Amino acid sequence: MHTPALQVIIPLIAAPLCCLLPKSRLAWLFTTLVSLSTFAISVLLVWQVHSVGVIDYEMGSWPAPLGIKYHIDSLSAFILILISAIASITLLGARSIIEQEVSHRKHALFYTAFLLCLTGLLGIVATNDAFNVFVFLEISSLSTYALIAMGRNRKALMAAYEYLIMGTIGATFILIGIGLLYMQTGTLNMFDLHDRMPIIGGFNSVHAGFAFFTVGIFLKLALFPLHQWLPNAYTFAPSMVSVFLAATATKVALYLLYRVFYTVFGFEFSFSTLHLGAVLLPLSIVAIIVSSLIAIFQSDVKRLLAYSSLAQIGYMTLGVSLQTQAGLIASMINLFNHAFIKGALFMCLACLAYSIKTTSCEHMAGIAKTQPWVAAAFVVGGIALIGLPPTAGFISKWYIVLAVLETSWWLAIVVVLTSLLAVVYVWRVVEQMYLCHPIDNIQQGTPVPMMLLSCTWVMIFLSVYFGIDNRFPVRMATMAAEVLMP
Amino acid sequence: MSLFTLILASLCVPLAGAIVIFLSRRFSRIIEIVFVASAAVLLFITVSIFNFGSAIYHQTVELYPLIGDIPLAFHVEPLGLVYAGVASSLWLVTTIYAIGYMNANQEKKLARFYMCFCIAMMGVMGIAFAANLLTLFIFYEILTISTYPLVAHKENTEAKNGARAYLGLLLTTSIGFFLVSILWTWQVSHSLDFTIGGILAGKLSDGLTLVLFTLMVMGIGKAGLMPFHRWLPAAMVAPTPVSALLHAVAVVKAGVFCVLKITVYIFGIEVLQSTSANMIIVYIAAITMLLASLVAIQQDNLKARLAYSTISQLAYIVLGAALATSVSIVGASMHLATHAVGKITLFFCAGAIYTATKKTSIKDMRSIGYQMPYTMLAYTIAAISIIGLPPMVGSWSKWFLIDGALSSGQIVLAVAFLISTLLNIVYLMPIAINAFINKPASTEYQYQEAPKSLLIPLCMTALLCLLLFFLMPYFYEFLQRIP
Amino acid sequence: MMSLITDLYAYWISVLLMMVGLYIVIDHNNLFKKLIGLNIFQTSVFILFISMGKVDQGTAPILKDGFETFSNPLPHVLILTAIVVSIATTAVGLALVVSINKYYKTINESEIEAIEREQE
Repeated sequence: MHTPALQVIIPLIAAPLCCLLPKSRLAWLFTTLVSLSTFAISVLLVWQVHSVGVIDYEMGSWPAPLGIKYHIDSLSAFILILISAIASITLLGARSIIEQEVSHRKHALFYTAFLLCLTGLLGIVATNDAFNVFVFLEISSLSTYALIAMGRNRKALMAAYEYLIMGTIGATFILIGIGLLYMQTGTLNMFDLHDRMPIIGGFNSVHAGFAFFTVGIFLKLALFPLHQWLPNAYTFAPSMVSVFLAATATKVALYLLYRVFYTVFGFEFSFSTLHLGAVLLPLSIVAIIVSSLIAIFQSDVKRLLAYSSLAQIGYMTLGVSLQTQAGLIASMINLFNHAFIKGALFMCLACLAYSIKTTSCEHMAGIAKTQPWVAAAFVVGGIALIGLPPTAGFISKWYIVLAVLETSWWLAIVVVLTSLLAVVYVWRVVEQMYLCHPIDNIQQGTPVPMMLLSCTWVMIFLSVYFGIDNRFPVRMATMAAEVLMP
Repeated sequence: MSLFTLILASLCVPLAGAIVIFLSRRFSRIIEIVFVASAAVLLFITVSIFNFGSAIYHQTVELYPLIGDIPLAFHVEPLGLVYAGVASSLWLVTTIYAIGYMNANQEKKLARFYMCFCIAMMGVMGIAFAANLLTLFIFYEILTISTYPLVAHKENTEAKNGARAYLGLLLTTSIGFFLVSILWTWQVSHSLDFTIGGILAGKLSDGLTLVLFTLMVMGIGKAGLMPFHRWLPAAMVAPTPVSALLHAVAVVKAGVFCVLKITVYIFGIEVLQSTSANMIIVYIAAITMLLASLVAIQQDNLKARLAYSTISQLAYIVLGAALATSVSIVGASMHLATHAVGKITLFFCAGAIYTATKKTSIKDMRSIGYQMPYTMLAYTIAAISIIGLPPMVGSWSKWFLIDGALSSGQIVLAVAFLISTLLNIVYLMPIAINAFINKPASTEYQYQEAPKSLLIPLCMTALLCLLLFFLMPYFYEFLQRIP
Repeated sequence: MMSLITDLYAYWISVLLMMVGLYIVIDHNNLFKKLIGLNIFQTSVFILFISMGKVDQGTAPILKDGFETFSNPLPHVLILTAIVVSIATTAVGLALVVSINKYYKTINESEIEAIEREQE
């Protein structure tokens, strides 16, 4: 069946069609239906992978390694369903806030760019061809730059520009890496590259290619110290764009990390020969500590959550750097749960942005009285972010601390102490919402539309649900880890 | 009804109560009725579970595997029944007191208050019946989170700061130490179940067992050991029903219950005795006991004095648990119950005094016995119980604790207990004595008792202090099963 | 030593252009010039790829009688795609610069930062 190809082609074809739609409401409806169909396809793919094992699809029936092959295994299916689910929930609630934040004549173009971004992200995950990854990476990045630039504040333009410069350098580094590997092997198919790696593993050009891949992926992942673009991009983008990016963009970059270092280069080569763990471990720890500390001092809540995302990415890469299967599973569980938690938190902020037109902490004083549901959603999301039971964040914390404890006990203490930093920055906002007196003129904000509030609560519900019934993410993560590290 | 249904019911009833209160939040009469009703039903359920007898002890009821193989599981055993019994019976009394207090002081946001109370009680029952450390931790945190809105109820700056200290300290200890020690236990013994004899026999070296035990007990911040005791006085900004139930009965008793449970069922008495892993905690508890009493003497605010007294009394229980002999464990479990009854009476009295006269400072309370005779009589009875003199029930537990210290050869600790008892007299009795000694000259001190809804609960609990003294032999048999 | 340079001159040129491009991106304040630097950087990568595709004595990859050795067509195809991506990036970048100019009346990065700092 053509499902792997359809997963990517449907949003790809839908994008230029969306451009032609006259009314913004129609564009929204069209985009939402398309993303719901991608979700349906990803569910189908998960089910098929469950029964069959892996799905291989050759584009144009050209056999690999001559043609481009799409390869769906447990890891890809896992990430595909995550991205499409988040896209669907985001879009369902998005209409009213996009009407408010983006200028009217650009609405159809906004949705077009969104569909292209979705295409790019899905394509990166589905494909098994290294150059195809670069192409989809650039498709998603370019549309992201355009989406960010549509933010209300004029600082969004500079944020998009900086992200463009840094993102293009990162993607070009990945291109160099691909080129160097192609030079030595003559193939672009990931499995073929893996088979040839033992033969060519000693060459300097392969080592150089590895280094270029590393820097490029770290930049897309926003791992310290290549994280400079993320805070501005997330803060000044339109609210729903922040939701979508925070929940998916860096997760796909992490997927790319898994694929390149485990599937293409192989676990032994990456970690034993080239000591990737030794680079990843200190960077992850610094990312967690520094980002959490900076988050505490932010006055804009969106910026605070952006720095919090940087810290959470640190946890995910920490799991990878442990070089054990338990660490890899913990990393993937963190990835899955964090997508929903951060998505939910940014959606709360979207509600607030709609209502009081600002996301700065001091203007949120006492907002719990006028917007109780939004404030309650933020509290639950915050509890999930800190990692307290019975939310999904606790499950993530459990797995990562357990994985770290197997390797070194002092590292476990570091991980645990940094989650306490999360208590500080989350609770600062909660106190402001509930226990402080409101500033006068901001308060009677516009009531939040039902769709937006419901979608926020759906995400919150999922954050708590996966804390109570975590069979799906844990099983998928375990299967995926076994594929990567047999 | 099967055990499974009853245990689930004990968790669902308070939760259902909270949901109903939320749905009917605009109707103040209904929420009060639901609040009392949930407490009554819960007490009924607890008594039913108790009536099953010893046949059901340590039978695990597994709900489903939560993380990997570790299930969300519950079981019934004597220690848990003591805690559940104390908490649920005193909750019923507190509901009546709370309704009276909140109405008399015209507090706002009652629906939220009662809702969080119910969820907190769900946390308490979950902790009481937990069969493994994971379930215990989950309900422990639910208790922490649900009591935060109760502490911050008044929503002024004082409440905000107090609640911040409360949450900060409890979360720091639970995530920073308790969770780490739980994961370490899992890593070492691949089990988190509470089993008779403990699960750590022979798994770790002596030194490491010492570290693990210290880490775990210090991680249970709700037990109020120094230096993590600061949250107790900070939480006194809460309305008195909260201080009474939660901080004299539910939250702090959750802490010491957890300490007792891990001592007996995770480490095991033999392991602790043979490895001397308990020594650091023994000394920390002893120091806390004495220091807190000394600080209590200096407090002029009645609730603050009672808070420090609680810290000191909790240290008794932790000390008894840490000594790890059968006698001291029985004494500690007994003290859990007797201190709860005594302390809740004292807090009820403090709340009654505030409601009737708006006084919070001890130096203003001379001759108040003539204004509020019933209240101060109840206060005296409860104070005698806390000090540990017959014929109040507190004397039983004091006796067993001191006996436990002597029989394990720790003369120094027995002396510490006695010194602390003397200090108890110094900080509790003067209030009672001053209340009755000087007959007031002016007409200021006319008879002006607290409202009936406050008076009845505190008289009930005071009577309980007296009655239980005579009923204790029946419970002693029950408690003997624990170690 | 000399052979290291003369044999691999294509790579040396590519690396030189890469460094020049990156330097321009980092050092210049003018937003347009940054984009040009980015373009130079990307072009150097294209040169790297294409130069590796050239087979010694090979001719253009078109089948014709009389020719035996052909250059590798795959890098050419890949780079065509990459050039398109590069153009799209430049287009988006230029559109952003035009917008920035509309709002800030300048395209000098330090001046823009100064304007934003004054606003706070």
